[in-house]
Amino acid sequence: MTMLPAGTERSLGLVIDLDICVGCHACVIACKGWNDAAYGAPLSDRDPYGAEPEGTFLNRVHSYEVVPEEGAAQTVHFPKSCLHCEDAPCVTVCPTGASLKRAEDGIVLVNEAACIGCGLCAWACPYGARERDPSAGVMKKCTLCVDRIYNDALPERDREPACVRTCPSNARHFGDLADPESAASRMVAAREGFDLMPDLGTRPVNKYLPPRPKDERVDVLAPLLEPVAEEPSGLLGWLDRQLGKL
Amino acid sequence: MGHHPNLTPRVGDEVRKTTCYMCACRCGIDVHVRDGPGGGKVVTYIEGNRDHPVNRGVLCAKGSAGLMQHHSPARLRAPLRRVGERGEGRFEEITWEEALDLAASWLAPVRESDPKKLAFFTGRDQSQSFTSWWAQAFGTPNYAAHGGFCSVNMAAGGIYTLGGAFWEFGQPDWDRAKLFLLFGVAEDHDSNPIKMGIGRLKGRGGKIVGINPVRTGYNAVADDWYGITPGTDGLLVLSLIHLLLKAGRIDADYLARWTNAPVLLDGDPESPDHLLPLTGEDGEPLVIDRRTGRPAPWNGEGVRPLLTGTLDRGGHRHESAFHRIAGRYLADDYAPEAVEGRTGIPAARIRQLAGEIARAAFEDAEFVPGAWTDFRGERHEGWQARPVAMHAMRGVSAHANGFQTARAIHLLQALIGSVEAPGGFRFKPPYPKPVDAHPRPHANAVPGQPLDGPHLGYPRGPEDLLVGEDGGPKRIDKAYSWDAPLAAHGLMHMVLGNAAKGDPYGVDVVMMYMANMAWNSSMSPGRAMEALTARGEDGGYRIPKVIYSDAYASEMVAYADLILPDTTYLERHDCISLLDRPICEADAAADAIRWPVVEPGREVRGFQTALVQLGAKLGLPGFVEQDGTPAYADYADYIQNHERRPGVGPLAGWRGDGKSHGRGGPNPEQIERYKEAGGFWTSHVPEGARYMKPFNAGYQDWAVGIGLFDVPQPYLFELWSAPLRRFQLAAEGKRDPRPPEDRRAALHRQMDPLPVWWDCAEANGAEEYPLHALTQRPMAMYHSWGSQNAWLRQIHGTNPLFIPPAVAEAEGLRDGDWARVTSPHGEITVPVQVQRALNPRTVWTWNAIGKRKRAWGLDADAPEATKGFLMNHLIHELLPPKGGQRFANSDPVTGQAAWFDLRVRVEKAEARAQARPVLDPLGVPPVTGDGRPDGARREPEAEG
Repeated sequence: MTMLPAGTERSLGLVIDLDICVGCHACVIACKGWNDAAYGAPLSDRDPYGAEPEGTFLNRVHSYEVVPEEGAAQTVHFPKSCLHCEDAPCVTVCPTGASLKRAEDGIVLVNEAACIGCGLCAWACPYGARERDPSAGVMKKCTLCVDRIYNDALPERDREPACVRTCPSNARHFGDLADPESAASRMVAAREGFDLMPDLGTRPVNKYLPPRPKDERVDVLAPLLEPVAEEPSGLLGWLDRQLGKL
Repeated sequence: MGHHPNLTPRVGDEVRKTTCYMCACRCGIDVHVRDGPGGGKVVTYIEGNRDHPVNRGVLCAKGSAGLMQHHSPARLRAPLRRVGERGEGRFEEITWEEALDLAASWLAPVRESDPKKLAFFTGRDQSQSFTSWWAQAFGTPNYAAHGGFCSVNMAAGGIYTLGGAFWEFGQPDWDRAKLFLLFGVAEDHDSNPIKMGIGRLKGRGGKIVGINPVRTGYNAVADDWYGITPGTDGLLVLSLIHLLLKAGRIDADYLARWTNAPVLLDGDPESPDHLLPLTGEDGEPLVIDRRTGRPAPWNGEGVRPLLTGTLDRGGHRHESAFHRIAGRYLADDYAPEAVEGRTGIPAARIRQLAGEIARAAFEDAEFVPGAWTDFRGERHEGWQARPVAMHAMRGVSAHANGFQTARAIHLLQALIGSVEAPGGFRFKPPYPKPVDAHPRPHANAVPGQPLDGPHLGYPRGPEDLLVGEDGGPKRIDKAYSWDAPLAAHGLMHMVLGNAAKGDPYGVDVVMMYMANMAWNSSMSPGRAMEALTARGEDGGYRIPKVIYSDAYASEMVAYADLILPDTTYLERHDCISLLDRPICEADAAADAIRWPVVEPGREVRGFQTALVQLGAKLGLPGFVEQDGTPAYADYADYIQNHERRPGVGPLAGWRGDGKSHGRGGPNPEQIERYKEAGGFWTSHVPEGARYMKPFNAGYQDWAVGIGLFDVPQPYLFELWSAPLRRFQLAAEGKRDPRPPEDRRAALHRQMDPLPVWWDCAEANGAEEYPLHALTQRPMAMYHSWGSQNAWLRQIHGTNPLFIPPAVAEAEGLRDGDWARVTSPHGEITVPVQVQRALNPRTVWTWNAIGKRKRAWGLDADAPEATKGFLMNHLIHELLPPKGGQRFANSDPVTGQAAWFDLRVRVEKAEARAQARPVLDPLGVPPVTGDGRPDGARREPEAEG
């Protein structure tokens, strides 16, 4: 068993806007690129050019179809990585203390030096957000780019997670969700951001912004299409009158 | 907790800024490099350049995965000479001296005897202003890039109508649009700017409407989805036009001032100029001036054209083009009820969309202040916004009615006054650029001489066609013949087949670059492979010599005789030039470079450098000095020192003494200045010149100043197209040259001067093949040149055939089952997946995932080669036979490959381990064979 901190000074996390995520996987690969070269062991790629390529990723995009009761089927792109839960079951289940939640900023990390790769944390995480790297034999997960956000070797404007920096449609935001005045918190409030599977009691820090309603039938527009003419000559005459008023 | 990770790792010891080449976007990238284990720099990380005008720091999956493309094990190592048979993939490595000598020994006799016997086609080339210049110096008429597959309908439809087009030539006004209509299948083009724009537009509360049979990607975030039946977008748009015209929801003032709708058309049915613009004594088209009620030149000072003008003269009534527009589109043929069945969009939904357009364009449109003066000398205090933006993808382009469909969309844009208005569609410099500012096409080949002018251009009428006395085509691909009169990008998809058949003539050498013709870049890979391996009566190959340049062991490599190995994009010089397909934004002209941020360490050269050196060896004009010595050492030397016109070269920044921009002499330090500036140059459009560019004197003067063109060239949008009408007159027998008798009726229909829609279904066998079959590339692979990547293949390693529920039910198919898919031309057996967000009459798959076994450095049992497949096996360059004749499966106006017209039927098949057709594995040419080096990943001290 590993203890969670009694509380955290900040709750750093991501806000992901499902209304504009186009499912391009830019965040997936930017994450792979940075984390392959930064925190902890590299993210291995087994059989990279063979029959069963299988690599470690800290962030993946899933695509679902949603069929509403009325109207056309929809496609939803759903990026998913560690949600940095307040009550993180992956931490409490860890037998070695390798899995931890930082008191200063709430980031859930794996201390790879202490990780025995037993996989209990992956089993405990209801979101499937952890993967065991087969080459390094340790558990890998989103670090919220802890080695970018405090990295004074980077220009200040780059001190944000790689997935946020790269997202072309601006669907990913980073901030302190414990601070109601942060831009991230305000966005969550304004757009009715939600927790993923709140009934599990994990209290995720990351929030999702819901898609706006789609395919709404609008019937107030008909007056805009009221015919001014049925025949070409009628239209030409009407236009002459309109232009004459200019 | 005792855990103190290193929070300040350095992923490299230097950032080098260059330009991405994973697709056509050409984003700025920050490439992190460090000293490698074997000396020299290695690439450790790639991210977007925050200062770059295209991507502002963001980067897509391809861009970030460029690292793995750069480290692909399929990289070629040295020039290759074929030692086995074509298609076997057996080669020996040779030196560059040997390779260039061999190429010259094949090409020199061609140039001296019959230059057209070189067919040089360059695929997804981003250096066409250079490669075309080489081909022109060589003297062959047979040059083009891959636009005939890809974009020509979009480009030609736009340029003939608006003097600019979607894709590289214009963009939605993301900051002011309130309604955005996105037509056509495809996840992209251009990739990151569209994603950024969608985020911005939705962030402002704007609405996105997707008109697309497939609801993936951008259509997944569209607020409203119209799952249209493929190939009917034009019909839908003409119905929208019908409704808007009928309701008077058009911008009459805009149409009168800025389009040729008020231009008077010659009303004399006997005249050779019947329905061409009536011209005055100075040759300028005439309008009725509202001030006087009398005819006046369209561009006369202070003239106020009357939209509905008529002129009675010489016993004939000459009406403005707008009469034709109203007469055509008010007809009940275009009523929503008349088109709902064919388009699959219910009439009520068509009305809703028209209503949305009317509301956004006219009910709540701001007036954006800003002083400007138009070409008639009238001063304006601002611009009327029309915040409805539109964009179209390949789904519009790749149908045989795509040219006229693109024109229909542009007509709709113009009718509501949204082209170049705030909130609408905005040109990117060097566009706007009307047809008259483009060259005409040229094809006069003379032994030992350069061609008489640029290959590709925009015909003004049938007199500009490239046909001989007998009406037969001059080009190997039959571009600019009666079968493809406005083939502004050539017809690369016809080259290999025509060359092997000797139709219209045989060639001695085919040279290609970045075009995987033996696989996914071909309409029909099977027939492309047949053409490449076909033998004549003498036992020799019917295409005697094939030279190919690629950086990787692609499928096409195996079918060439001589391989000129290209570098990766991080090892080369390039210019993204204003002479070519630049990276400009609506508010700025921009160009950029690539430079070798790392050295290759292999015997490879950028293809353009190889061409510079080959050109010198052949003594081509421009490539040698008067004394015969090479004019340029390599491509970088050319980029920096070549002048296309005096003072205008490939790069616009830091010319002359380093202080001139746009115009100025060569600067030996120019590439260094670009590197210092982050790899790009920009020049901002002045504030008063931002909108209404074709008509805005301030914009015209600015463009002349930076060398985009040499004199102001204001023009009117050509809603009624005079060039198309000239072809009709030829078909009517009133103008020379005249089309062949059996082509006249169809040509007359197709070259309609107003946008028109025709049904492509029947010609493609719709009766027996009830389903449409489409392909698109996933965003994570869109337009990416290197077709395989260790990271991206983990996202998209296979490609099921997506089928709608109705087809699944009818055939008893479930996810993972296999189906036999049959078209009039072939049959494949592939795995399926049910998709609900899909037009019920459509199936589709991701393109170019499927690979030939052992190509691209992949193992023979890689899923791309076992379950992956190409739809291309079902496509043919020709339509099914009809009345003993076979017509090209192309747009009859432009020659655009109509691969989205494919019709199929789907039946359940036995489960299999391997998709059909099954082709033999390719031999693997000498390649690096390695992947990303272990020692390159991180600095040792980065461990926590």
